[in-house]
Amino acid sequence: MQRRKFLQSIPMATLPAMFGSYGIKAFGSNPVMDALTANFTDTDHVLVLIQLQGGNDGLNTVIPLDQYSALSTARANILIPENKVLKLNGVTATGLHPAMTGMKTLFDEGKLKVIQGVSYPNPNFSHFRATDIWLTGANSNQMLPSGWAGRYLAEEYPNYPVGYPNTTMPDPLSIQIGSVLSPAFQGTAGANMSLAVSSISSFYNLIDGTTDAVPNSNAGKELTYVRDIAKQTKQYTAVIQSAANAGSNSATYPTGNKLADQLKIVAKLISGGLKTRVYMVSMGGFDTHSNQIDQLDVTQGTHADLWSQVSAAIKVFQDDLQALQLQDRVVGMTFSEFGRRIKSNSSAGTDHGQAAPMFVFGSKVAGGMLGVNPTIPTNADVNSNVPMQYDFRSVYATLLKDWFCVPQSDLDTIMLQNFQTLPLVNANCTMTDVNDLNKKAGEIIISASPNPFTDRTLIKFDSQGGHTLVHVFNEEGREMKVLVDTEMQSGSYSVECNLDFAPAGTYYCRIQNGPLQQVKTIVKVR
Amino acid sequence: MNSATATKPKRVFAAANSGLTPYAGVWGEEQIIHLLRRAMFGATRADINHFLPKSMNATVDELLSINTTPPPPPINTYSDIDPDVPIGQTWVNTTTNGVFDGQRRASWKAWRMGLLINQERSILEKMTLFLHNHFATETNDVSDARYTYKHHALLRSNALGNFKNLVRLVTTDPAMLVYLNGRSNNKTAPDENYGRELQELFTVGKALEPHYTESDVKAAAKVLTGWQDVRTTISSVFTPNRHDTTNKQFSSFYNNTVITGVTGATGGATELDAMLNMIFAHPEVAKAIARKVYTFFVYYTIDASIEANVITPMADIFRNSGYELKPMIEALLKSEHFYDVANKACIIKSPLDFLVGNIRTLGVQFPNVATDAVNTYKSWIFVAGYSAVLQQDLGDPPNVAGWAAYYQAPQYHELWINSATLPNRNKFTDGLSVGVNVPNTGNAVKLKMDTVAFTKTLANPADPNSVINETVKLIHGLQLSTASKNAIKLTTLNGNLATDTSWTTVWNTLIADPTNAAKITAVENRLKGLYVYLMRLSEFQVA
Repeated sequence: MQRRKFLQSIPMATLPAMFGSYGIKAFGSNPVMDALTANFTDTDHVLVLIQLQGGNDGLNTVIPLDQYSALSTARANILIPENKVLKLNGVTATGLHPAMTGMKTLFDEGKLKVIQGVSYPNPNFSHFRATDIWLTGANSNQMLPSGWAGRYLAEEYPNYPVGYPNTTMPDPLSIQIGSVLSPAFQGTAGANMSLAVSSISSFYNLIDGTTDAVPNSNAGKELTYVRDIAKQTKQYTAVIQSAANAGSNSATYPTGNKLADQLKIVAKLISGGLKTRVYMVSMGGFDTHSNQIDQLDVTQGTHADLWSQVSAAIKVFQDDLQALQLQDRVVGMTFSEFGRRIKSNSSAGTDHGQAAPMFVFGSKVAGGMLGVNPTIPTNADVNSNVPMQYDFRSVYATLLKDWFCVPQSDLDTIMLQNFQTLPLVNANCTMTDVNDLNKKAGEIIISASPNPFTDRTLIKFDSQGGHTLVHVFNEEGREMKVLVDTEMQSGSYSVECNLDFAPAGTYYCRIQNGPLQQVKTIVKVR
Repeated sequence: MNSATATKPKRVFAAANSGLTPYAGVWGEEQIIHLLRRAMFGATRADINHFLPKSMNATVDELLSINTTPPPPPINTYSDIDPDVPIGQTWVNTTTNGVFDGQRRASWKAWRMGLLINQERSILEKMTLFLHNHFATETNDVSDARYTYKHHALLRSNALGNFKNLVRLVTTDPAMLVYLNGRSNNKTAPDENYGRELQELFTVGKALEPHYTESDVKAAAKVLTGWQDVRTTISSVFTPNRHDTTNKQFSSFYNNTVITGVTGATGGATELDAMLNMIFAHPEVAKAIARKVYTFFVYYTIDASIEANVITPMADIFRNSGYELKPMIEALLKSEHFYDVANKACIIKSPLDFLVGNIRTLGVQFPNVATDAVNTYKSWIFVAGYSAVLQQDLGDPPNVAGWAAYYQAPQYHELWINSATLPNRNKFTDGLSVGVNVPNTGNAVKLKMDTVAFTKTLANPADPNSVINETVKLIHGLQLSTASKNAIKLTTLNGNLATDTSWTTVWNTLIADPTNAAKITAVENRLKGLYVYLMRLSEFQVA
């Protein structure tokens, strides 16, 4: 039993007796109680979340070279010429956008993981709802009042902000660079677990004022909110200021790169000694409905500028961490609310789509590719989408488990479901062996016969044992059928898939078994 | 579903089941201040005095009678080398080679801020902001200040007009055609941007499950093909051969409506009107807009009782009037629910409420635009820039959904306040007491609260209790306790002496010799202490 749970299970009235003269009021401020409540996992690991707002066009970011002819049909007006695509060490079928030279270097050095086809069942194509889903870690049809990182921090640091900062956690739990707090950090009990930091070069100190009792009304609720923020700001400003003074940057960051500006602050605060676990930075502009490329040079233009900045920012940040000898403490992750459509539109852009790649970087990252290139239909139309291979929450869950060493029981509370663990980081906590997955590379673990089919087809699959999920999606990502969702013995199985109710078209049958997943395209014909 | 799943948010502090029944309770300063803070930006002493002799009906009617004469347009104060527009002349109808567009956009923002600061006693500016947030566009993306000016004029002239008509006009408004790619939307491969936001943000919304489908987005995009902006005339044009003339099939959400493809010059308008008729036939449109109006003017929690007693009747009025905004808003502002004590002082001021409201309430002086337009615009753009620092960049909301504080659950307008923005709010109000230098004016212009002049507007400035009571009433959302007021009085107005005559003497000495610099300083020092203190309290952040 964790110490925190132990404390929580004690009726409050018994506490003063147990802790001698330390009454309840001492909670949160005295060293004895601090030591007793210092139940959170002792880790100096840091996670940096990079939000790319607008929905990134994954197919022009991580380019499936083996699908080039189909891509040429689907998106001739925006497709990067094959000979301009950046080749990656040890990977022949997939390359990066030519603007991503820094990230290519990180990949070649084994410090970048590319996760293909990340989405979730029944994806939502609205920016705002999709962003909420990604930030809260919700199911498509579920409204969550808390954020995924907020739930993690609430689990690690219960009762926040009451009793914080304290001697064991003197620093902000998480920091959002900028002046807007992300719903990702919304905690379970109402408080946002993050601190907005817009500058580390100028500080304006708040001054105490009288605090009348608040009325029991909506006005009272909002007054309390403002006062809590004022209190937190006062408490943490000094901490941030001293970390900014103590910290340094040892790399030269580019100018005119908004993401680099933000990551520079993050590196400085980490080097200044903050124990802050999670940082979030963000960049907008990925909603490339039109003119995502320069008509005169397809390798230039809006999308190229965006990735040129992201790539350069991540590379210099990694170089900085290396020079500061902090590289083994930090892992970063990019995400965007959705990918974009396979087929481009006639305004030289792409509309809202489904799955897209995520990047995880750092010296402790298990570099390389995870997942396979999507299969691009030869006659892609306006409905064609990149299907899901990995659920984004599997990425979150893995980072919590393998990077922050969150035990499985807590993980289920935070993530609300049991998600796959993926081979993302080489850290001290348990980790899936990459070799297990690599051994399965190229092996077919799911197949369908007949395919194409009219109403029914037989799905054959192999389970390594343990939880096995087999489900079918349509092109929009809607989950049409869950064929298997249970614990299984190791072996080969088959299950009938009946789509007699569904229109003819392309469907995707996906198996998920432990860390493994595979997607098979199946086609229903009349 | 699991334990963390949200149900409909509960109203934390339940009001009686008050609804749209006309308010018949006490009508006095408190109610007038509440109404003015919600319908305008802040409530000045003069505003309150103006409405005090009037009834609630007369007051609301006056606020809803908006001036239909357009204000004088923004002028060139930015450059004497713009070859297209002489200094002092308006640029809104003149093309630019692009070099000066950034300065024109700044000029527009300054001018827009000037309208807010010098607002008339009506709901016009608040409603125009509501509509700017609703039909959000960004000046940076639109990239032509003339378009932004025209777009704003459209919202302004329809601020209390017919909403359905406004949706029709916004759809082919040149700024919107640029912002949501309508101009690129043609039959070859439709661009779905506007077709989606038209449904998700501008009309039916997503509150109702199930709602419109992805195929409805695609069908709407096809209906909308063929419209483009015309740069020379700042207007729009429909080109038949860019238009998809196939029949458009909508889902069961819209009763499986088919919009028949129409060829020819009027095809686009005919199909668009048919589609808007289809969308507005759905009862959810009125409810979605009623909820947004409610959240903007009242509070963000909408429980079952409010949905039934306030939102539904508002939506009925809206729909039955053929989507006129005015009757719905009139009913809300005259309702017992609006004046329910549960809804007082519970909105955290937006940056614009904070800046404009305080500038007006405190009587912060600006240069005269008629005699010194250059410095006036510089002052206005400074305030607009400060609003951007506080996360409300007028003309440039973060995206097409507008500012998150107006829609993002669970925090809504609490999102305005965080560890980055709160210190910047205090910095501004602290600065007002001593004067904030307006950049690029060579220290010639300061934005300053004239503490003596402000105090003179109060009922009994010689009495420190009256000064504090009256000021708190004007600038705070809620009254302070007597103990707090006495403590503040002691350390500020009374100069740490336990007697009120300490202040009375200092004040009366100044009144007897009003130009004496030493006496002005003596009074000002005490007043600055008071006003800075009051503006740092949390009560100052709510309205």
